[in-house]
Amino acid sequence: MKITLFIPCFIDQFYPQVGVSVVKILEKLGHAVEYPEAQTCCGQPAFNSGLWDEARAVAEHALDVFQSAEVIVTPSGSCGAMLRVFYPQLFAGTPRYDLACAVGRKTFEFSEFLVRRLGVTDVGAEFKGRATFHDGCHGLRELGVKDEPRQLLRQVRGLELVEMDPPEVCCGFGGTFAVKFPMISTAMGEGKCQAIAGTGADYVISLDSSCLMHLQGLLARQGKNIRCLHLAEVLAQSL
Amino acid sequence: MSPNTAVQFKAQATRLAADLEHRQWIFKALRGYEAKRDECKARFQNWEGARQAAAEIKYDTLNHLDRYLEQFVHHLESRGARVHWAADARAAREIILDLARQNQVRFIIKSKSMTSEEIHLNEALEAGGFEVFESDLGEYIVQLRQEPPYHIVFPAMHLKRGQISEVFQQKLQAEPVTDPEALTMIARRVMRQKFCQADMGISGVNFGVAENGMISITENEGNARLTTALPRIHVALMGIEKLVRTMDDLALLLPMLATAGAGQWLTGYNTLYGGPRLAGESDGPEQFHVVLLDNGRTRLLADAEQRDVLHCIRCGACLNVCPIFRNVGGHTYGTTYQGPIGSVLTPHLRGLREWKHLSYASSLCGACTETCPVKIDLAHHLLHNRRNAVQAHPPFFERLAFAGFQVMMRHPALYRLGTTLARWLQPLHGLVQGTALDPARAWTRSREAPRLARESFHAWWKKHRRTTSPS
Repeated sequence: MKITLFIPCFIDQFYPQVGVSVVKILEKLGHAVEYPEAQTCCGQPAFNSGLWDEARAVAEHALDVFQSAEVIVTPSGSCGAMLRVFYPQLFAGTPRYDLACAVGRKTFEFSEFLVRRLGVTDVGAEFKGRATFHDGCHGLRELGVKDEPRQLLRQVRGLELVEMDPPEVCCGFGGTFAVKFPMISTAMGEGKCQAIAGTGADYVISLDSSCLMHLQGLLARQGKNIRCLHLAEVLAQSL
Repeated sequence: MSPNTAVQFKAQATRLAADLEHRQWIFKALRGYEAKRDECKARFQNWEGARQAAAEIKYDTLNHLDRYLEQFVHHLESRGARVHWAADARAAREIILDLARQNQVRFIIKSKSMTSEEIHLNEALEAGGFEVFESDLGEYIVQLRQEPPYHIVFPAMHLKRGQISEVFQQKLQAEPVTDPEALTMIARRVMRQKFCQADMGISGVNFGVAENGMISITENEGNARLTTALPRIHVALMGIEKLVRTMDDLALLLPMLATAGAGQWLTGYNTLYGGPRLAGESDGPEQFHVVLLDNGRTRLLADAEQRDVLHCIRCGACLNVCPIFRNVGGHTYGTTYQGPIGSVLTPHLRGLREWKHLSYASSLCGACTETCPVKIDLAHHLLHNRRNAVQAHPPFFERLAFAGFQVMMRHPALYRLGTTLARWLQPLHGLVQGTALDPARAWTRSREAPRLARESFHAWWKKHRRTTSPS
């Protein structure tokens, strides 16, 4: 199967190692990986801000880039949800509606793709440490991805996975929400950091680098020595 | 309302989000609710199936609302009830004030009704010279404190025993006790007298049943029964969307309301009322009035995209799970209906321009959509409100910023040029970080900023492909 990668803009710029890890894992599993170099952003920041015309212009570029892909894999639940759930809404009533739905249908979040599509739960990874898992809201509720990353993490040699309490509360990032209402966002994040610290974990693992950027920013400010890692980084560390 | 509702919201939210004591108090209360709700959900054979059925009931009722309302009114009137139609809040207040005047009413007792909060009924009645007493304990406490309800279902959930005792001491000259039972007894002693003195009882309506013209009221204290049975006049105020078709519908929705609303299997009292005292009956009111309120509801009904907001049964479950509500509390919203449902509904009831900020004050986590017992897609409605707000009143600076974003993201070469420039400029950020000149101040005040990677994924890929590609 030829896999087309969608590496969202902020992963491209801030967390390239997440994309690199995805490539390593997929290639180790014997798949050909394609990265269309013209790709940029899915348009979510504009969409969530209510500027659907601007979002549609960006999304049209993404449709051009990805229209001939067989499957699209992205290491972001949030951007994955943008393509699969929100593109059809964004293009409703326009000539590109069918294409938007088609692109959405062949888009998979990374862990979802490994477990549901490839049937892989063990990539042969090793990682020493105690970790807790943060469900990014878009991956969890828009895409329904919940067990897949946990199945993958349970197979990692040396990794101890502990759930936080409460387990599924938003971290407070929310894109532009984090800067439009910084104090609410921070209060939510502090609650999350408390739940994380309560597990005694040394690592927080998630499917979304955007949640992790927020959490790492808060944990660092609080002087807590807890590291945030994307699932792909954990799985690829020993490869 | 001043056009500064957005400024007020932000200031109040910022203050309360930093109030650790408030935050922990609300968290603790709602964690208890969650545990009880889950227990009750587990008693349904299939909670997801029940949600689907409930959504379908409301969908069908609202799509044929004209027919069901006619049926409902016909049954009510045939039993001697009087039905009044109110197009807006003012009309509803006038109808109720007229009824009070015509009947020389002095004391009015009320059982809990968010719809009456929506039309600001108490203020109007008091301005008209009538004394009004809330008979629901929580409502009574916030009434004494001259506050609006903090939460649709738990109006006084923000108050601790000590604060309740304080207000009882000040307003009722009560003893300084903090035992919940003793506090309840203080309110009860006052209230029992009021029940006996009241000439008019005003209630809300949880559901109206079209097939038999009965109204259903759900409560835990028995105060609604006294409010509706003791005074000689009963006035029920009902939003026209509160209708269901049949008693079978009610049999599903009552336990769902109790489960989602309060984490109860059923509330303590569930009563059906259908008209005034009939000949030969020993109790009940002499007059029974139902005021049917539109107040923007038919306008929302005409909105194909957001019509399902009218499915809402006011259980408050979306507030309970909302991480925003948990941090900013109910009063911050400045609205009758708080939390996600309030953020979606208020722009429809009071105007998008002044209330759009509530739709932006969300991380779009979707917990509200996931919990809603009648499956209102609240998180997506927040997105629709945002889009509608931008269309109606384009925000100049945001438009400008996103126009730049759009051009850059449509042209990969520009995107790469822009990010290269950002790499050069990044070291300068350290010079202004934390100062008023810091463009990322909203982020960096409480969080460390991420740093651009030395090499982008795109740059890595180019090298990687050179080493792995056979061509």
